[in-house]
Amino acid sequence: MSKNLTTDNTLENAELSEEEKLLFSNARPRPYEPYSIKAVEDFANWARANSLWILAFGTGCCSIELRPLMTARFDVSRFGIAGRPTPRQSSVFIIGGYVSVKTLKRIIRSYEQMQGPKFIVALGSCPANGGMYFDSYNTINQFDLYLPVDMYITGCMPRPEALLSAIMDMQDDIKAGKCDGANRYVNNLDWYKANQKKVIKNWDMPDYNW
Amino acid sequence: MKAMLERLETDFGVYDITERKPAMTTLKIKKDQAERLIRELRDREGFVHLSFITCIDYIEDGIFTLVYMLHNYNRNDTLGIEVDIDRDSAEMTSIHTLWAQAWTYQRELREMYGINFPGSPRLEEDFCLEGWDDIPPMRRDFNTKQYSTDRFGHREGRHSEDPREHMKVTLYPNRGGDE
Repeated sequence: MSKNLTTDNTLENAELSEEEKLLFSNARPRPYEPYSIKAVEDFANWARANSLWILAFGTGCCSIELRPLMTARFDVSRFGIAGRPTPRQSSVFIIGGYVSVKTLKRIIRSYEQMQGPKFIVALGSCPANGGMYFDSYNTINQFDLYLPVDMYITGCMPRPEALLSAIMDMQDDIKAGKCDGANRYVNNLDWYKANQKKVIKNWDMPDYNW
Repeated sequence: MKAMLERLETDFGVYDITERKPAMTTLKIKKDQAERLIRELRDREGFVHLSFITCIDYIEDGIFTLVYMLHNYNRNDTLGIEVDIDRDSAEMTSIHTLWAQAWTYQRELREMYGINFPGSPRLEEDFCLEGWDDIPPMRRDFNTKQYSTDRFGHREGRHSEDPREHMKVTLYPNRGGDE
């Protein structure tokens, strides 16, 4: 790992037992540092924008919009996008609709296991402000308190065209180097973790799921 | 059906027999007789299918009403068995010995209403509320809006519009929102 990895730079994993602490890494994630040569970074960003892989994880009703997106009518593969079944191989996490507290825990686990570059698209009203579940005892109201969001799509539920438009906008942002959600997450990890632990009461996993 | 209901009335003391719609009847029974009645209906009267178990919170009367919905495939008939239980010390006989799937319903009722079913398997396990630390959320004295705002926050700038008024202004701007 990092050359300056000191004891101060590790995570506590306070919820794990002594036995379990030995099983999980307590290293902090490090922010991505762009290439020093701008042309190389631009080229890398161009490559990133054109090979997006969507994680097949539907959290709520909006994820039903991902199915027509994949098939012949909207055909998202013309943008170089395809679904992947595992977080290790994917780079885009589409939060499909409302997020219950139980699902949030799984989303955090999956998101942290994704390798960079990684981006989050919040689909629908519910991740933005609670949507029609604003008064539900079990769904969160502001998704960006818990994980960084790179692109919002409003609507209840948005059409696949809206999703296509958001993907194209996000590709432009990635090419311009503006989609830095993963870096925001790493730099403000303690703030995000405090928010996450405020709602997830049975936290029984390491602080960062490598 | 009518003969069976009359027999149940004398044998089990069921009351409040109501025909809600064709092929759908509900009846009430005392708590301690309920399991015996359900067993009889399943074994002798052909109500072999447990559609669902649900609960209604009558907070004004201080009771929960449990509803066991049974179905008879031969007669294509549905029978709802309503059992009133005390709301403060909510407890009911488990019927997981009659239908194995009943323990899932009972687990859910324990979590959502706080009803205890002694002997039901995996009852204390979290069902969909992990780490819940408040009163059960489907009880009517639980303030879900308050809880949501306290726990999950409120996004500034969120507001609601009356759809009718909003569309009037949007569609007929020249007429000052008049149809």
